[in-house]
Amino acid sequence: MSAEAVRIAIRRPVRRLFVHQLRAEQLVFWRSREAAFFIFLFPLLLLVLLGSLYGGHGRFQHVPVRWAVLAGLVGYGCANTSFAGLAIQLVLRRESGVLKRLRSTPLPPATYIVALLVSTLIVFGLQAIGLFLLGRVLFGTPFPPDVGSLVATLLIGSAAFAALGTATAMAIRSAEGSSAVVNFVLLPMAFLSGGFGPTKGYPAVLRAIGDVLPLTYFVRLVNAVYLHGQGFWTQPEALAVLAGWGLAGLVLSVRTFGWEPRGR
Amino acid sequence: MPAIEVSGLRKAYGNLEAVRGVDFSIEEGEVFGLLGPNGAGKTTTVEILEGYRRRDAGEVRVLGHDPERPGPDFRERIGVVLQQSEMWPNLTVRETHAIFAGYYRAPRDVDEVIALVGLQAKADARVKSLSGGQKRRLDLGIALVGDPDLVFLDEPTTGFDPQARRAAWEMIRSLRSLGKTVLLTTHYLDEAEQLADRVAVMREGQIVRVGTPAELTTTDLQTEIRYRRDGEDVVVRTDEPTRVLAELTSAAVARGEELEGLQVRRPSLEEVYLTLTAEEDEAEVEA
Repeated sequence: MSAEAVRIAIRRPVRRLFVHQLRAEQLVFWRSREAAFFIFLFPLLLLVLLGSLYGGHGRFQHVPVRWAVLAGLVGYGCANTSFAGLAIQLVLRRESGVLKRLRSTPLPPATYIVALLVSTLIVFGLQAIGLFLLGRVLFGTPFPPDVGSLVATLLIGSAAFAALGTATAMAIRSAEGSSAVVNFVLLPMAFLSGGFGPTKGYPAVLRAIGDVLPLTYFVRLVNAVYLHGQGFWTQPEALAVLAGWGLAGLVLSVRTFGWEPRGR
Repeated sequence: MPAIEVSGLRKAYGNLEAVRGVDFSIEEGEVFGLLGPNGAGKTTTVEILEGYRRRDAGEVRVLGHDPERPGPDFRERIGVVLQQSEMWPNLTVRETHAIFAGYYRAPRDVDEVIALVGLQAKADARVKSLSGGQKRRLDLGIALVGDPDLVFLDEPTTGFDPQARRAAWEMIRSLRSLGKTVLLTTHYLDEAEQLADRVAVMREGQIVRVGTPAELTTTDLQTEIRYRRDGEDVVVRTDEPTRVLAELTSAAVARGEELEGLQVRRPSLEEVYLTLTAEEDEAEVEA
């Protein structure tokens, strides 16, 4: 066999396995009511609530404040799906023995992880589309002016939060209470970062805490791209902070990743 | 070529030597039982063979592969039932089998496997609605769906009620008729006796005896001869039961007596097992 033929022979099953696993992950995700509700539906519900709460005439950075509420919830949704949802699912699967069991099948570990990440991304992509549609219908918010830049922004954010979510999953030892732990991190972060609406009126202390959190910079990036129609590259500081958090998460994940249950 | 060859296998966790120089080999098509109390090193041994753990020393070949550096077809050819694992609770039995079937190049028919493990009636039921025994059968089903040559079963019936155990035994026997090689761990003696062609008894990280269940019972303990004399029980333990019995009976015949309550008994595998693992049990009581 030529080198090229060998490469094709190896690549084909990997592609087939990837598609197979991606479908499996989607089935597993949507079949779980808890996941579908808390991870997918919850940010949409919050949009209905917070969009009604923030008046129709308020303004933020020269645009209607409801636009900013939508941008914040896109940020929260990204962290909720890629960070919290991924972390909780990984802990549950590790502790139930699914990860360990899969290791003894011919499914390559990398294929499994990539399929899980892409599956998470699909969920968040659908959620983002849902948020923009719902905002348009309920509150008359505009669609993103530069879809390409927005997609790039969401990919960058998802990658950073997925790395942090994986690292967090490996720091949690047991399935019990894993969602409480993750939400204990996520909800204050979302609040302090502007995920639940602009933080302009917050005390200085809270804003200072918010200034180190990755979600603050991700919301800033979404604001620039969505509210002001800027390219994502116009925010080098936000990109750098996100990349820093993402790399830290990646390094931790690679160092601590384990397939076997740790609790008990 | 043997399906599994192990020699000089050692593995320690920190100061704890879980496996301390284990040797055995398993022929193709054989059902081999690794029997021993909890903590004897059975699971560590099996998980090294499955490729989950690295060994500290020794040689291991599984289907011609070194499980630490397996070739691409190693995982195509093994089926694993872990001691504890729970699959996705919200998927059905059939969906779970189909997902696992998709990992293999030449899987078996999903419905055929579901029937083989006796879950036809539950094929469309969610995994979370299954009983403990049914979940274990699901574990066996997804281990068989890739049509493996070698199946690892780590304590496949622990926690079962007697009826579920019988059903599981039937299934494991059917693996033999499919020509599979089976490595089974258990701390139930009757399970090893019922299922295994050969049994290795493990204690404190070592194999203390290997043989067929029949060999284990004949080679080890002495035969026991019991009778009553003057209202008292007499027990004779001997390596030469034929000679001792002939002497006893001819003496009794010469005296014109009947040996009351005469019994000749080979030790059961249980007695052999208890003798072999006795020290371990004492250590456990102390702990």
